[in-house]
Parts: sequence; structure tokens; C-alpha cells
Amino acid sequence: MTQPVFIALQTTDTGRSIVDAIVADNPLAQAVEYPAMVKIDSPGRLVVKRGSVEERLGRRWDVQEIHLDLISLAGNIDETDEEFSLQWRKA
Amino acid sequence: MQVDIKTSDIRPIRQTFSQVARRIGGDKPASRYQEATLNLQAETNFHYRPLWQPEFELYDKGRTAIVMADWYAFKDPRHYYYGAYTTARARQQEGADKQFEFAEKRNVLGSLEAATAESLRQVLVPLRHYEWGANMNNTYCAAYGWGTALTQACTFAAMDRLGIAQYISRIGLLLDGNVGSGLEAAKREWLEDPAWQGVRRVMENLFVTKDVFEVLLAQNLVFDGLVYPLVHRHYEQSIDLRAGQALAMLTTFISDWYDETSRWVDATVKTAADESAANKELLSQWYGAHRDEMVRALEPLATLALGTDTGASALHQVRGELDARAAKLGIKV
Amino acid sequence: MTATTAARPAKRLGIKEKYALMTRGLGWDTTYQAMDDVFPYDKFEGIVIHDWDKWEDPFRLTMDSYWKYQGEKEKKLYAIIDAFQQNNAQFNIVDPRYINTVKLFLTGVTPLEYAAHRGFALAGRNFRGTGTRIACQMQSIDELRHAQTQFHTISHYNKYFQGLHDATYMHDRVWYLSVPKSYFEDAMTAGPFEFVTAISFSFEYVLTNLLFMPFMSGAAYNGDMATVTFGFSAQSDESRHMTLGLEVVKFLLEQDPANVPIVQKWVDKWFWRGYRLLALVSMMMDYMLPKRVMSWAEAWEMYFEKNGGALFEDLARYGIRMPKHYEVSIKEKHRLSHETWNVFNNYGHAAAFNVWMPRPEEMDWLSEKYPATFDKYYRPRFEWYAEQEQAGKRWFNNTLPMLCQVCQIPMFFTEPDDPTQICYRESSYHGMKMHFCSDGCKNVFDNEPEKYIQAWLPVHQIYQGNCFPEGTDPTVPGFNPLVEVLKYYHFQLGADGGEFNTSPDRANWEKWTGQDLSAAPQAKAA
Repeated sequence: MTQPVFIALQTTDTGRSIVDAIVADNPLAQAVEYPAMVKIDSPGRLVVKRGSVEERLGRRWDVQEIHLDLISLAGNIDETDEEFSLQWRKA
Repeated sequence: MQVDIKTSDIRPIRQTFSQVARRIGGDKPASRYQEATLNLQAETNFHYRPLWQPEFELYDKGRTAIVMADWYAFKDPRHYYYGAYTTARARQQEGADKQFEFAEKRNVLGSLEAATAESLRQVLVPLRHYEWGANMNNTYCAAYGWGTALTQACTFAAMDRLGIAQYISRIGLLLDGNVGSGLEAAKREWLEDPAWQGVRRVMENLFVTKDVFEVLLAQNLVFDGLVYPLVHRHYEQSIDLRAGQALAMLTTFISDWYDETSRWVDATVKTAADESAANKELLSQWYGAHRDEMVRALEPLATLALGTDTGASALHQVRGELDARAAKLGIKV
Repeated sequence: MTATTAARPAKRLGIKEKYALMTRGLGWDTTYQAMDDVFPYDKFEGIVIHDWDKWEDPFRLTMDSYWKYQGEKEKKLYAIIDAFQQNNAQFNIVDPRYINTVKLFLTGVTPLEYAAHRGFALAGRNFRGTGTRIACQMQSIDELRHAQTQFHTISHYNKYFQGLHDATYMHDRVWYLSVPKSYFEDAMTAGPFEFVTAISFSFEYVLTNLLFMPFMSGAAYNGDMATVTFGFSAQSDESRHMTLGLEVVKFLLEQDPANVPIVQKWVDKWFWRGYRLLALVSMMMDYMLPKRVMSWAEAWEMYFEKNGGALFEDLARYGIRMPKHYEVSIKEKHRLSHETWNVFNNYGHAAAFNVWMPRPEEMDWLSEKYPATFDKYYRPRFEWYAEQEQAGKRWFNNTLPMLCQVCQIPMFFTEPDDPTQICYRESSYHGMKMHFCSDGCKNVFDNEPEKYIQAWLPVHQIYQGNCFPEGTDPTVPGFNPLVEVLKYYHFQLGADGGEFNTSPDRANWEKWTGQDLSAAPQAKAA
């Protein structure tokens, strides 16, 4: 069974766009709402795509801007110019 | 849930934290700087001796021979706590970013005369390693110093030096068209070229200097007080007009930073000197020894940057100005 | 580099290449002084590093980006703190008992943020890898941010509520605050590799959600928007810290197989010390939040058993197993908060926050969340306490408790397999008997006895007469040692602690808001 990764984001304007992008790009992801925050769990891997976020935000968005809305996460991180992903790796 | 507030009866039961009130003469409104700084560090009842320095406590005033009745006598004239510091730097980096964008778009440094570009590569770009050394020394002070007033300012200084090292690196990349070969060459200069060995040797000596306040003084007052005016003022003004304008655009952050930080350095040294004759004596000894060694170490670099005669006279002038500055702080030069 | 840049003639550097040029290349191997003299503290722990360049920082922030993003976060945060103050939004708190969690936080946790700032500064100078030092320095300045924004956020509460006025002074002296103080000082006085394994990995990765999620969600549920804002703003820094923690541990394990048993030893020690520290959080979640988010047991299941389980499955390929005694934490999850609150309720007269018995509907919530343990082991005594209070005989314990030599918590924990027996363990060291609350703490001691015999145990210190204000004369008739100790602690007598129902905080709240808290159902006898 693949272990779940998660990401938690603030429910700000930008945060909401990022959440929408994640849900659209990660079919197995499940988003749960808490006060002022959304937590998204996904089995195995979760990816945040710059293009998807920009589409929903209506402006240019740098992957590093995720710092402004990020609350917490679990999984190994990989960050490029185009995407930010979380994943657990197996032996 | 709706709460009916009887506003007329609401009076605060106190104005500030007791730990702040004790230091500002009573319970009165305190500034953000005061609430963020005063007495934040643990002071007593430590549980375990450090494995790595069992001769000291975790926080220990004995890590310097400077003696203060109150280490919170040190005040940062900029009133920097994290929020004020970061907001200030964010504004500055926005300006710097635009300059770098412009320079890159117009290939401003890529179109310099070959000799000018080569000079910048040899004299300016290797400073990124000097800055990294200054980061190490300020991190040392932040780690081993006593009291939030002093150590937080050292933290800010350390991160500033990393930022400046990165701006100088970006200048290096603009010079070599973003491929990194210029940075490699600059590192070789730093490690091997005779012009830089005095500076590197002095820097490495500071890395093994133990007294926290001595390191602070030697790096932030003496070394910077010689290197910055020599390179960022004398040298940068000496290169040809076109390069100078292009360069000034890209080094605004650095020169503004130096002026701003000098205010903190001066206030800190003055506070220590004003405290006692013993402190003054010790500071003066340190100052004299480090200044002499550093001036000697900078001679070959001054020559590389400005030529033999101009280099010598610039170094002489810079040393004189530093002595005048130090004398105002109570140091016997 | 900003996203708004138009297409440029020069080659645009990707995040990875730019970062490598901006960081790795800055350092050099010294030749005028030996590297071992420049970096004297990163070999004594026995950790072997063959190639520091293998260090990979997944978040590649250059300083200009750091200033940009952090500057923006600060602007937003302080705008909200200002608004909070201007609107007197502390009166939006659902129930003033909630503020006692803020008191516990400021006196217990905020000083640890400052300690982390200094600990990471040490690591930021002492590791010989350039990239590693930069990552530690960024965490160091982040932690300063947390300490200072916490003081600024809570500053307004301090003007209206007791128990917040002398946090760092109390942290250095008060009996229950030696629990977090000794925890962090243990990490700081260890070498740099143990420090980052303890704090970056065990605390900021494995256990962090058990500290922050309860406090911050608790704040949100109870109307404390200032703390929520601070919390979420800090948490994004925490994400960078968490990745440092995971990266550090993987880096150590990949560098040399000799590192594996050393790291495992630290993982075992720091899981246990961290878990014991979290006892304070367990009681906060189950007893101090008027509007409860989830039970301690549920939080432990979610954040340790599930998330932690996933993490250790990932690390299994290096030969790392689950921490020793983790199964005890699972056995204890239905008891921990009740046993802890029981003791703090007994010692409320010596604490800097208020204590109280849960109301009947709160006890029913506890019964529902803890069907196997609450009604059987804890409700009867809590109802008895409530009876005493109703009869005007509110009970406080006037004897000092025995503390565990390692975690320094009073020894009230019960046997993992028997909730009716207090758990006692002991070791003999140079003819002295040392006492522990558990096998976990005993193991920690037995591995490093020379360290833990040094501990400044508050109860021992009180009995030795070291916890009175300077100049106190214990021979004076009518000398009251408890009162003198509370003065040493800088407690304002009758204000900073004690029973909530008779506290100045309650009286002030009713005066300012016009609410009558006695209208709320009080703790009633069965």
C-alpha cells in the first residue's frame, strides 16, 4: 500500500487557487476543510503545477510563492521551476 | 458569537511584560523592538554542560574578555527585530532586483571593455568569498554571544553577508554570460593569486579566534572598515565611467548596507568602550593589532585594484579614516 | 528572479543550477588554518561524512528570495496583529479558560523558539558543509522570527490576562517549565549532528504536528484569530524546517553505514524525550480547550501512528526502525491527558495558569472519546474534586512531587500495562539512586549518566533552599516556603494561577464582557 503524502494550505485567495489546481491535477487526492485551512491527502504522490495555478490565479506565479500559503506537509520534496511535488520513496 | 463589550470599563491590567518593564523603568508602553529583544535569552539554571565546551555554560559571558554590567546596554540604533529587519531588506531587494533585471536585459556588463571586465573579475568577484567568511564570523558571534540585543544583530549581519555574497555572485554571472566560468576563476584567485592571500590568511585566522567580541570587532569594524572603502569606494570609482555607472547600479545594495550597518557596529563598539577603562584598553589592543595586520594583508590587493602608487595612497587614506572613526568610539588608535 | 520577468537574451538559470552557484561555491577548504581547527565540533560524535556536497537542500531560497517572501509574510502578520489590538479582539474568545493555553504556550514553547534560534546558529557555524550551514542559518533566523512574533502576538493578551507577564524569567525557574527547558538544553549541549537529529528530525518532522496543529486549530476553534494567524504564518516556515529534518537524517544515513546505529540511538532518545514533553500538549487538548478540536488519542493516531508510520517505512531501507518504546505511547494514549491534568489540577496553586475541573458536558465528551478508560479510572476522582470545590474545600496538593531525573515531569505516569499502578524505574550510579518515570527515561539515563546527573531538578532545588528570592531568611517565624518559592518564580500571588472559578481572569472577563460565567454549568458532583 502506498503511504499517503499531504499538504496543508491556508484558505487565502491564492491558497484556494492552489488547492483547486492540486485537486484537478491529482485525481486520487482528497481535500478536507478545517478552520482557515485545507488539508489534502494523496496516496503516494502529490504535484503542484505552476501552469495549473497560474490558470486559476490569472497572473504569473512562481513555484516558490507557495511558501506564502503553505502550512504543513509530509513526504519527500522536489522543487523545480515548473512544479512542486511530494512523494514517499520505497527501497 | 456576539459579545456585549462594555468599552468604558475596559482598562488593561498592565502595559507590557514584566521582563521589559524592569528594563525600561516601569510598566509603561513598550516598543516592538523592546518587547522582541529585552531578556529573551535564557540566563540561568542551565541543566547540562555543553559536550563541546564543558569549560563553559551553554550561554556564558566568559566567552569574551569584554565585561559588561548589563549586556542589554547594547542597543541597535536601527531597532531591528526580525519583522523590521526583513521588511527593510525586502524593500531593498526589490530595488536591487530591478537593477539586475535591467542589467541583464541590456547585457550591460557583458558589453564592457575586456580589460575592465577582467579587472572586475579579479578584484570584485572574489569578494564573494570574503563575504562568506564574514558570514561565518558573524554566525560565530550570533551563536556564542550573550544576550539577544547583541546576538540578533549578529544574526542579521550574517544573513546580510550571505545576501551580499549572492549579489556579487550575480555580478560575476552577468560578467561571464551566466555560465559560471567567471565564478570558478574568481575562486581560483581567492585560493591562489598572491593579491588575495593576505586577505584569505587574515580571514582564516579569524575563523580560529575564540573571543566573541574580538571577532565582532575585527570583522565588522576593522576588516570591513578597510575592505569596503578600498574596494567599494576607491576601486569602483576608479574604473572607467561606463563600467562605473553600470557597477554602481548593481552595488547600491552593498554600499547602502555598509552605511546602515556601520551605525550598528559603531554603537556597539562605543557601548563596550564606554563601559570601562579595562574594556577600552582591550578594544584598543585588539584594534591596533588587527588593523596593522589587515593593512599589510591588503597591500597586494590594493596594488592589483589600483596600481602600486594609487593603491598605496588609497590604502593609506582608508586606514586614516578608519582610525578617525575608531577614535570617536573611544578606541586609542 | 521574479515571475514577472519578460524573456531575456541571456540563458535563464533554473532553480537548481542557480542555487548551486550561489551557495556551494562560496565556501573553501582553508589552508592557513587546518579545517579541523576551523570546524572543531563536527567529528567528535563519531558521525562520518565523506562528501558534504551530497547535501541537497530541497528548498533553494537565495537570500533575496528569503527577504522577499518573509517580508511579505511579516507585513500580513503585523497588519492582523495591529487589527487585533485595535479591535480588542481578545473578547472574541469563546471562553476565557482558553487563554490558559496561551499562557502555557508563551512560558513553555516560546522560549524554545529562541533556544532553537541559538541552537541552529551553533550548527550554522559548526558543520563544515557550506550548504548545510546555510540551511541551518536560515532556520536560525526563522526561529528568531517565531520567538519575536509570538511575543508580539501575545503582547496584547498580556495586557488583559494574568500569567503572561514574565515568560522567559519563569521558563528558567518554574518546576513544570524545566520540562521543556531541559529538553532543549539537552539538544543544544549535544553535538551538532545530535542537535539536528533531535530538533530538525525528531521534533520538527516526526512530532511537530502534535505541537502545532493542536495549538493552532485549538486557537481557531476558540476564537483566537491572532494565534491562528501567527500559527499559519509560522507553519510555512516549519515546512522548510521539516524538509531540513528529513534531509539531514537521510544525508547522515547515506554517507556511511557506521552512522546508522548512532542515528538510531538518537532517534530512540529523542522520540522518547519529545513524547514525554508532549504530555503537556495532551492535557491542553483534552482539558484546556473549551471547544475541543480532537482528542489526544485521535491526534496521536493521525499524526504519529499514521504519518509517523509512513515516515519510518520510508526510512526502513536505511536500516532505521521505529523508535524504541513507541508501543508505550500507543498504550498510554487513552490515559496520558487525564493523568497529566489530574496532577496540574492538584498543583494549580503553584502554576502560572488557572486550572479547573471539566464541566459535566465536557466529562461526557471525555467519556465518549475514551470509552475504555475515562469513566473507569478518572471520572470518579474528578467528580470527587468537583464535590470538594462545591463544598468550599477545593483541594490542592501541598507536598512536592518526585520528578523523573530525565524528563523532569512528576512521576505520575502509570505502568504501560496497568493504569492502576504508578510506574517507577531506577538506576544506581556511583552509589546514588536515580528515579525515572518509565523504561524510556531510564534508557536515556543509562546511555549518558554523566549528562543527566547534572540536571537542575526544580524540586531538589527547592528542598536545597535555592528557590527563594535573594536575602530570604527561612528562620523567621511564620516563614512560608511555598510563598517564597512563588516569589522566586515571579508569580503574582492570587493572580497568576489557582482555580479558574475564583481567579481575577474570570472576574475581569465578567466585568468587561458582561457575561455571567456562573450561568454556565459548573463542575457538578455525580
